Amino acid sequence: MEYFIQQLINGLTLGGIYALIALGYTMVYGVIQLINFAHGEFFAAGGYVGVIILGYCAGKGIMETHPWLCLAGSFVLTMGYCAFLAVGVEKVAYMPLRKQSRLAALLSALGMSIFLSNGLMLTQGVFDKPYPGELFDGTLFEFGLVSITYLQVMIVSMTIVLLVVLNILVFKTKMGMAMRATAQDKTMSSLVAIGSNRIISVTFAIGAGLAAAAGIMVGLYYGSVRYDMGFIPGIKAFAAAVLGGIGNITGAMIGGLIIGMVEIFGAGYISGQYKDVFAFIILIAVLYFKPTGIMGENIDDTRV
Amino acid sequence: MIQEFKKTWKKYTIGMLWVLGLLWPLLGIHPDGTLSFEKTFTVWFYIFAGTFVFFIIYLMNQSGSLKFFTTPVSKAWEKGSVFTKTVPTWVWLLLAFVLALIYPQFTGRYAQDVAINVLIYVCLGLGLNIVVGLAGMLDLGYIAFYGVGAYSYALLNMHFGMSFWVCLPFAALFALIAGCIVGYPTLRMRGDYLAIVTLGFGEIVRIILNNWMELTNGPNGIMGFDRPGIYLPNFENGFFSMTWEHLWLKKLHLLYYVVLALAIVTIICIHRLNFSRVGRAWESIREDETASELMGVNTFIYKLLAYAMGALFAGMAGAFFSARMRFVSPESFTFLESAMVLCMVVLGGMGSIPGIFLGAAALIILPEVFREFELYRMLAFGGVMVIMMLFRPEGLIPAKRVGTRSEEREA
Amino acid sequence: MVTEPILELNNVHAGYGKINALKGISLKIYPGEIVAIIGANGAGKSTTLMTISGIVEIQQGEVKYDGQLINKVAAEKLPTMGLCQVPEGRRIFPRLTIMENLRLGAFYRKDTDQIQKDMEYAYSLFPILGERKKQHGGTLSGGEQQMLAIARALMTKPKLLLLDEPSLGLAPIIVQQIFDIIKKINKEDNVTILLVEQNANLALQAADRGYVIETGEITMEDEADKLIENPKIREAYLGE
Repeated sequence: MEYFIQQLINGLTLGGIYALIALGYTMVYGVIQLINFAHGEFFAAGGYVGVIILGYCAGKGIMETHPWLCLAGSFVLTMGYCAFLAVGVEKVAYMPLRKQSRLAALLSALGMSIFLSNGLMLTQGVFDKPYPGELFDGTLFEFGLVSITYLQVMIVSMTIVLLVVLNILVFKTKMGMAMRATAQDKTMSSLVAIGSNRIISVTFAIGAGLAAAAGIMVGLYYGSVRYDMGFIPGIKAFAAAVLGGIGNITGAMIGGLIIGMVEIFGAGYISGQYKDVFAFIILIAVLYFKPTGIMGENIDDTRV
Repeated sequence: MIQEFKKTWKKYTIGMLWVLGLLWPLLGIHPDGTLSFEKTFTVWFYIFAGTFVFFIIYLMNQSGSLKFFTTPVSKAWEKGSVFTKTVPTWVWLLLAFVLALIYPQFTGRYAQDVAINVLIYVCLGLGLNIVVGLAGMLDLGYIAFYGVGAYSYALLNMHFGMSFWVCLPFAALFALIAGCIVGYPTLRMRGDYLAIVTLGFGEIVRIILNNWMELTNGPNGIMGFDRPGIYLPNFENGFFSMTWEHLWLKKLHLLYYVVLALAIVTIICIHRLNFSRVGRAWESIREDETASELMGVNTFIYKLLAYAMGALFAGMAGAFFSARMRFVSPESFTFLESAMVLCMVVLGGMGSIPGIFLGAAALIILPEVFREFELYRMLAFGGVMVIMMLFRPEGLIPAKRVGTRSEEREA
Repeated sequence: MVTEPILELNNVHAGYGKINALKGISLKIYPGEIVAIIGANGAGKSTTLMTISGIVEIQQGEVKYDGQLINKVAAEKLPTMGLCQVPEGRRIFPRLTIMENLRLGAFYRKDTDQIQKDMEYAYSLFPILGERKKQHGGTLSGGEQQMLAIARALMTKPKLLLLDEPSLGLAPIIVQQIFDIIKKINKEDNVTILLVEQNANLALQAADRGYVIETGEITMEDEADKLIENPKIREAYLGE
C-alpha cells in the first residue's frame, strides 16, 4: 500500500512536468496545426540554461545566501531565454512555410530539432551536465516507506502555480481569448482585427517558457541534463497532448498527469526497462479509439 | 543591389543579434561566477562571416548581379537536359548499369565501402518512397523494419545455421509482418498523427531490441554470424562431374555486387509497382483519399500494402546489412536513421528514383568528404533540412506530379 | 454634390495561387448605401469580399477604402479602419461564449465604457443573445449564430460592413428578421452595407443598388428596383 502511495507521489511529480511540456505542443498545434518537433529542444535548452545560471550563482557565492532568489531568478531568466529562442525559431523555420504543405513544415520542424539539439551539444558538450545538488536535499515528510522530498514539493507546487497562471491568462484575459479564437478560426480572427502573427509568436513564447520550467525541474529532480534529453520526453509529452485533446489546454494538463502516472506505475509494477513504451502504447491506443482525445480538440474546424 | 540590401538588412541584423543572444548564455556564463564574452564573440563571428557570405550571394542573385554567371550556366543546363531527353532512357540505364558493374574494378576498398553504403540506403530510400512518395503517408519509424530484417538474419543464422540467401525471404517476410502489425492501427489516422505514431512504433521496436536480452542480447548486440556465401560450380574434374564449391563472400567487391543486385531488384519492383494498378490506387489515395474511397478504392488495404511493401524492402536491406557487418546492435536503428532516410527521399526529390539516388549519395558521400567536420555533421544535417524546406521543398530532382495532395491545399 | 465612394475597386484581378477568380472587377460603393452583389454559385461573390478584406491575394488592380489604397494593408488592420466582414457560414467562434464572441469584436478597441454600452446595444438588437450570454457559440442555431456574427461585427464599429450570404441555410422568418436588422443598422447607425447573396430577390429588395457578377466579371450594374424589373435578371436569377 505504501509503495502505491509513493508511486502516486512520484507520478504526480512526473505528470506535472509532462503537463508543462505538453502545453507547448498543444497550444502550438492549436494555432498552426504543426507538431513542433523542436519543442523538446526548448525543454532541453531550459534545462541547460537553468543549470548554467544556478552554477553561476553557486560560483558567485550567492547560492548560500539567497537560495530562493537564485532559484527564482534562474526560472525567470531561463523561461525568458527559451521564449526568445522559440519566437526566433518560429520566424525562421515555420512562418515562411505556412502556405506550403504540411510535410514541408513537419520536416522543417524535424530539421530544427536536430539542429538545436546538436547546437546544445556543440556548445555544452556531450556529457551529462550535473545540477548543483545541495539545493533541495532532504525529505519533507516521511511516513513509513512513503517519503516526500522537498524537491518534489517544490516541483509540484511550481507546476500548480504555472498552470494556474496559464489558466488565468488563457481564460480570463483578452490576449488569452484572442489565442483561443485564433486556434478555433484563424481567418475569422484576422477579420476581427486579431493579428495572427503576433498571437502565434506569443503562443510559441508561452509554450517554450513552460517547457523551460519543466527542463529546470527535470534537471533538479534527476540531477543532470543532456543535450538529447528533449527527444523522448518530447514524444511522451505530445502523447499527453493528444490524449487530452489536441489544442485543448485543460486536456494537456490532464493528459500529462495521466502519462506521468502510467509511466511511474508501469515502471513500478510491470517493468522498469520498458517504461518509455507505456506512453507510446497509450498514444497509439488513444489515436485508434478516440482520436479527438479525452477533453476534445480545440483546433480550426473550418480548415480540415 | 543596394535596393535589395535595404529591404533585407533589418531582418538579417535582427537574426544575427538573435543568434548572439542565444549563444552568450551558453558560452559566456561560467560556474565559477564569471562572465565572459570572448568565446561567444569568436563563435558568433564565424557564424556571422559564414552567413554573411551567403547573404551577399543571395542579394546579388536577387538583384541580378550574378547573371553573368547564372545565365550561361542555366543555358548550358538547358542544353544538357534537351540532350539527355533526346537520348532514349534505356541508353542511360545501360550506361549506368555498365558503370555500376565495372565500378569495383578500378576503385579501392574505401570507395567500394562507401558505394555499398550508398546502395543500402538507396534500397531503404526506395522502400520508404513507396510509403511516403507513392502512397503519401509519412513514416518516421521506418528504420524499425530495417532492424527487424537485420536481426532476423542474425538470429536465424546463429540459431539455425540458415544461409544468407535462404534467410533473405524470411527477413523480408518478418519485416512485412511487422509492417502489417504497425500499419493496422495507424492507417486510419490523419497525417500528422501518423507521423508521430510511426515514430513511436519505431522507438518501441528499438527499446524492445535493446531490452529483450534473451532474444537479442540487448545493447551488446549479436555477433559472429556468417557472411553471405554462394556456391560456385567447380569444373576441376571435367564438365560432367561438376561439384559445387562454397565460397564465402568476403571480398568487398563481391559484397558490392550482392547489394547492387539487391538494389536493382528493388528498383525493378518499384518501377513495376509504380505503373501497375496498385500504383494507380496509391496515387489516387495520395492525391485525394476521400475521393478515391468514393471511387471504390479500398484505401485501407492499399495503404497497408504500401506499408508492407516498404517494410519488405527495408527487411531485405537489413538482412544484407547485418550479413555484411557480421554484427548487429540496436544502436544502428535509431530515430535519427529514420530521419536520414526520410531526408534522402524528400530532399532528393520525393517519388523520383534518380532523386533517391542523389539523396542517398549526398547523404553518405558528403559527410565522408567533410570528415574533419565530423562534429558538425548532424548540425549541418538539421540545418540543411530546414534550408531545403524553405527554398526547395520539392527536392533536388522532383518527380513529375500532377496536382497537389488534397491535404496540402490550404486556401 | 459629388460624394466620394467609401469603397472603390478598379479592375481588380484576384485569386488563389495560379487560379484567377476575379478578372477585372470594378465597383463603387457610396456612404450610406446598401449595395448587393448577386450571381450564381462560384461566380466570384465571396472571393470579391475576401479580396476586399485582404484575405485573398490581389494580383492586379486597386482596392480603395475611404480614398486610401488598401491593397497591401494586412487583413487584421482593416477592422480598425472601419471595414468589417461577416463571412459566409457565420463563423462565430464555437468554443467561446456569446459574450466572449462579442468582446472579441471589440478586440482592437480601448474604450472600455463604450464597449460595454455597445454590448448592451447588441443585446437590445438581438434579445436572444442577451438571454444566452454565457452559452458557447457552437451550441446556437443557425439563425442565432448569424445574429451573433452580425452583432460581433458591429462591435468593431464599422463604417462599411461586408456581408457574405447572410441568408444561407436559414429559415425565411429568420432571414426576414436579419434583413430588417441590416436595414435598421444602415439607417440608424449609418453603416454602409455591401452584401453578397445567392438569393437575388431578397438582396435586391433590401438594396439600393446592385451588381451582377458572372464568372469573375461584373456584367451589369443598376439600381436595385430596375434590376428586379430587368427581364434578363428575372429569368436568370429570379426564377421566372
